[in-house]
This record gives sequence, C-alpha cells and structure tokens, in this order.
Amino acid sequence: MTASTKSVSPATIPLNEQDLQEQRWLERLVGPEWARLIKGVLTNPLSVTGLVIILGFILIAAFAPIIVPPPNATWDTTLIPRDGFGPEPKAPGSEWVRNAPGEIPFWYTPLTGREEWVHLWGTASGQYDIFYGVIWGSRTALMIGGIVVLSSAIIGIFVGSLAGYYGGWVDEILMRVVEVFIAFPFLVGALILASILVPKLGRSIWPASIALIVFGWTGYARLLRGDILATKERDYVQAAQAAGANDFHLILRHILPNAIFPTLVVLSLDMGAIVLSFAALSFLGIGVQEGYTDWGQIVSFARSYIFSLDRYWFIIVYPGLALLLYGLGWNLVGDALRDILDPKLRGKR
Amino acid sequence: MTHLLEVRNLETRFFTEEGIVHAVNGITYTLNEGESLGIVGESGSGKSVGVLSVMGLIPNPPGRVTAGEVIYGGRDLLKLTPSEMRRVRGHEIAMVFQDPMTSLNPVLTIGRQMTEAMELHLSIDHETAMKRAAELLSMVGLPNAADRLNDYPHQFSGGQRQRVGIAMALSCNPSILIADEPTTALDVTIQAQIVDLVKRLKEKIGMAVIWITHDLGVVASLVEKVAVMYSGFIVETAPVHELYQNTSHPYTLGLLESLPKVDAKTKQRLIPIQGLPPDLLKEPRHCPFAPRCRYAVDQCWEENPSLKPVAPEHYSACWRWENARQDARQRMMTIGEVA
Repeated sequence: MTASTKSVSPATIPLNEQDLQEQRWLERLVGPEWARLIKGVLTNPLSVTGLVIILGFILIAAFAPIIVPPPNATWDTTLIPRDGFGPEPKAPGSEWVRNAPGEIPFWYTPLTGREEWVHLWGTASGQYDIFYGVIWGSRTALMIGGIVVLSSAIIGIFVGSLAGYYGGWVDEILMRVVEVFIAFPFLVGALILASILVPKLGRSIWPASIALIVFGWTGYARLLRGDILATKERDYVQAAQAAGANDFHLILRHILPNAIFPTLVVLSLDMGAIVLSFAALSFLGIGVQEGYTDWGQIVSFARSYIFSLDRYWFIIVYPGLALLLYGLGWNLVGDALRDILDPKLRGKR
Repeated sequence: MTHLLEVRNLETRFFTEEGIVHAVNGITYTLNEGESLGIVGESGSGKSVGVLSVMGLIPNPPGRVTAGEVIYGGRDLLKLTPSEMRRVRGHEIAMVFQDPMTSLNPVLTIGRQMTEAMELHLSIDHETAMKRAAELLSMVGLPNAADRLNDYPHQFSGGQRQRVGIAMALSCNPSILIADEPTTALDVTIQAQIVDLVKRLKEKIGMAVIWITHDLGVVASLVEKVAVMYSGFIVETAPVHELYQNTSHPYTLGLLESLPKVDAKTKQRLIPIQGLPPDLLKEPRHCPFAPRCRYAVDQCWEENPSLKPVAPEHYSACWRWENARQDARQRMMTIGEVA
C-alpha cells in the first residue's frame, strides 16, 4: 500500500455501493459529523469492545432479578442479603443458610451443578453475599454514572455556553466561580461535601452524587466555553445572525451542535471515572448505608482483612473486576471518540 | 425625495489594547429603491465594517458605532432595540457572505438552514417554507432543487454554496441585499456566473443591492453607483460610468491603473499604488492617502479634504482632484478606452 492510499480513511470514503448507501442513510438522519462519529465508534475494534462491555453491564443490570432473585418479594433490592451476622467471611461455594434468593433461576443448576443456593463468590464480613452485591451493583453503577454525569454535563453546558457566548463580565464572573470550585481537589472536595450532606439527607446514593455533581460540572463548563469561543466566530454564526436569529437560537442551533464534540469525549470518559470516584467515597464509608449494592461498598468490606487477602481475596477481586471492566468499557469508547474527533488523527487508522 | 436607505456620518471604532482603531470615519451614502451601489476599496478600508455597522453586527466589545445615523423606513436602525433589529435583519436587509465554504452551518441540512429565517420572519410552517426553499434554489440555478434540500453543505461545491447563500438571503423578500465580497473566494468563471445571477435576480425582484468588492472590474457591469473607500473614508462617489470616465481622485485612478485591461490597444505596464495602507490606529488628521499620493502638496498634509461635488452626482475628497482627473483623461486617450 502506498502512502497516499493509506491516508484515505475507510470511515470517510465509502468502499462499495452498500457502504455508500448506509453512510447516506445515517447522514440523512443525524448529519455528517454525527454520522462520522457513530460510524467511527462502530468500526473501531477498541470502541466496539468497549460498547460490548457496557452493553454487558446494561444487560446484567436489566436482568438482575433473573440472575439473582431477591430473597422475597418485599425485599429492598438495593440491599445485599445477609447470611447471618458472623464477622468471618465465607469462601465461595459455602452454603447459603439465611436470606437465600427466593427461587432457583433456570441457569443456576446447569452452570453450577447445585440444587440449592450457595455463596457463589463468597461473603464479606457481616455475611453480605458478594455475588448479589456485584450483580445488583451494576444497577447502582449505571444509575450513578447517568445521574452524576448528565447533571454535571447539563450544568456545565449551560454555564459554559453562557460564559463563552456572552463573554465580557458574564464570562468573567462565571469563570471565577468555576475556579473557586476547581481550587478544591476533586475527591477531597466531594468527600467533605458528602460528609456534610450525609447527616442532612441520610445515607443513600444522594449525598455522594450531589457532591460529585457540585465538584464535577466545572470541567464541562471550562471545556465547552473554550469551544464556544472558537465556534461563535465562525462565519455561519454571523450569517445566521444576519438572517435575524436570536441568541437562544444561535447557541442552540448553530454554536452548540458544532462545539459539543470535545465535551462528548469527556462525558463518555467520565461515565466510567465517576463510578470510580463514587466507589472511592463508598470505600471511605461516606455515602450509601452499609450493605448497599455498590461495588465500592463491597471492596470496603475487605478493609479489615487487608493483611489476610491471600485468604479473603474474593472480597476484593469480584467487585474490583466489575469496577475495572466498567471503567475500561467507557474508557475504550471515550478514547475512540477522542481519536475520531482529533483533527491530527483524521483519516488515519 | 426619500431614500430607501440613508447612511449619515457613520463612524465605527474598535477599542483594542493597542489603541483605538478608526475603522469607519463618518461615511455618508444613500440608496434608492431598486438601485445598486458598489462599495470598492482594499483590505482594511472599512467597507465590510461599514455594512456590518448598518446591520448592527459589529462585535461589541471591542467594536462600537460611535456616531451617525442609518435611516431605513423612517427609523434610525442604530437606535432600535436588539429584538426590533432582529426583525430587520434577514427580513428587510439580507446579507450574502464572502466565503461560502464557511458561511453555512456544517451540521444542518440546507433545507433546515434555509427555512429557519422564513419560519421566523414570514410566520409560515415548515412544509410551506420547504416548498419555497426549493423554488428559491431552482431560481438561483441549482438543478433538482427539491432533492438537494436534504443535503449537507459539504455535498455542494463552492459556487453552488454561494448560490445557496444567495437563495437564503432572498428567502424573505428583502428590500436590500448586501453582498460582502461574495465572489472573492470563488474562481473567475464562477465569479462571472454569480455576478450575472445577482444582476438577473435584482431585475426580477427589484431589490436594492449593496455590493462590496475590491475589484473595480467586477462592479462595472453590475452597479449604478460606486463609492470608493480608503482608510475608513469614502474618497470618491459617482455613477459608475462617470467614475470610470472622469476619475477625480488619485486613489481611484491608482486602482484603475493597477487593473489589467484585456482589450487595451497599446501595451501598458500596470502601475501599482506605492506604499502601504495607513495605520488605522492613528487618528486621521491629514488626507489619509497623502503618504502614497503622487499629487500630494502641503495642503494635503494640513487638512483632510471632505467630499465635494466635482460634477453632477459626482463627489471627490481631494484637494487636487482636477490634476487627477486630467491624468485620468490622458490615460483614457492613450489606452483607447474613451467611451
């Protein structure tokens, strides 16, 4: 292959008639930039791997009641069932005496060869079942990621658009506010705020989520402001203005859709990173109540056994793997998005 | 007689860190219904800033219209509220931009962009607007217009995009079309097509046109009146034939001399204008063209000349316009251009 043919991207130059049709169809629907983005993410092996992982977690979250049914119909599914109160963790495969799942799902016996429920991945101290916690914890992870990232992105996009578009003193004030928040180290700030909020809101996912939103939106605001500053100088913005468009319309229709792409990259990376931060807060014991189906919470059960992890490895390995895979999935997608949008890498594979 | 548009002593400044940029220094011109005016000048002469000031599109900060009036329909456009001004923009006065490659939004379809202004100003629904958009596109000479409404800007060539830009500007039946160097970014054959198209549309629709260009050749066939700008001043204004035949300002003469003539009878060297455009940061006290002018005398350095009538409807801002005119006539004789 010569250098000149190498530089032509298969993603932008359709190879055959079918590809061409597909590209046109997608482009008609969402526009050229989005079409390129979607096509890029769907053709890049790394991002496809990431998407498969994320899809896996979504499926696990959706089918959690089939994978591990709660002990009874009135059970609060966000709480991990306890098999007694003994402090000593039980190894994987040990018998599940109390609060075992109400029924045996169809997949259980063929896969495990057992007729009754056992602790597949063992229990943590306090006899919390790790398997239940990890499976149902995927719901918490997706929900936290969604709530925190979407809320911070919406706040950040709103503030960033105003600051970037209006400039002058609006920009000056908003950006100084942003800097006040950035002055706190992210996790330390979130930690302090969450511990202030816990007595007021009680133990749930909310104190930590709110804390992560409060210290998380600034990144989006700063990033988007910069892209808006660049985009608002484009000729088509002035052209739309000359056609009588108002500020709201200019921002929403002409500037934001052209400036949003770098923010999307950060957004997808944050979907993974925020869950890690939430787990860090949970691990430190701030946020959700004990026994909540949260990966960070399960990892924190290993704290007391930090010197005997050769025996109690299962407390940390299963939720840790879940966290790792979840973070990896979003990172792969985010990284692929970044590569697709990087003008220096445009047209390279 | 009332004019369609009357610009009086318009003055625009940019307040930058390096100092005040005197971009437009009190320009005055009028435009009648259905008339076309060419504003000619080199880069930085204030011709774009002048029309952007009329449209209220000067970025503030750093720019500001510091003086003057823009009378349109009995109102001073400079005194309108932002929302009143938005109703004028695109509806009464529309604009075509210089670079068609960048003046269309890449993420919206052409149909979406064209209908936007129509839905806003004409209060028609999307379907009607789409129908009208298709009609407009075929009017500006785009084949299978209805199909192309769903295409994105990158699927059009430069010339086609400029046609789209013109169609967009015409969509709300403006009474004034401002074209800001619409042919500069296009190659010469396409330039001719676009000039021709605007000329045809102007006759058909009967709107007034302000055509900004740095090319005296382009405007010759298109406009009735020309205003030559230099350093933020209008230095000469006249009906187009009068301007070419009785050039009465050294700068206009310089522009003509630097223009190649295809049908010149004798071989003639092109004469460039010596020197550089003036620094707009300095407040103009003397004639801004004096440093580059071969006619300059002491008076030119002491007092800035204002526009004075030199013939009916012909104004020149020069102390020595008679000398310039003499040389211009001389030149006409030698290259055999007398009409």
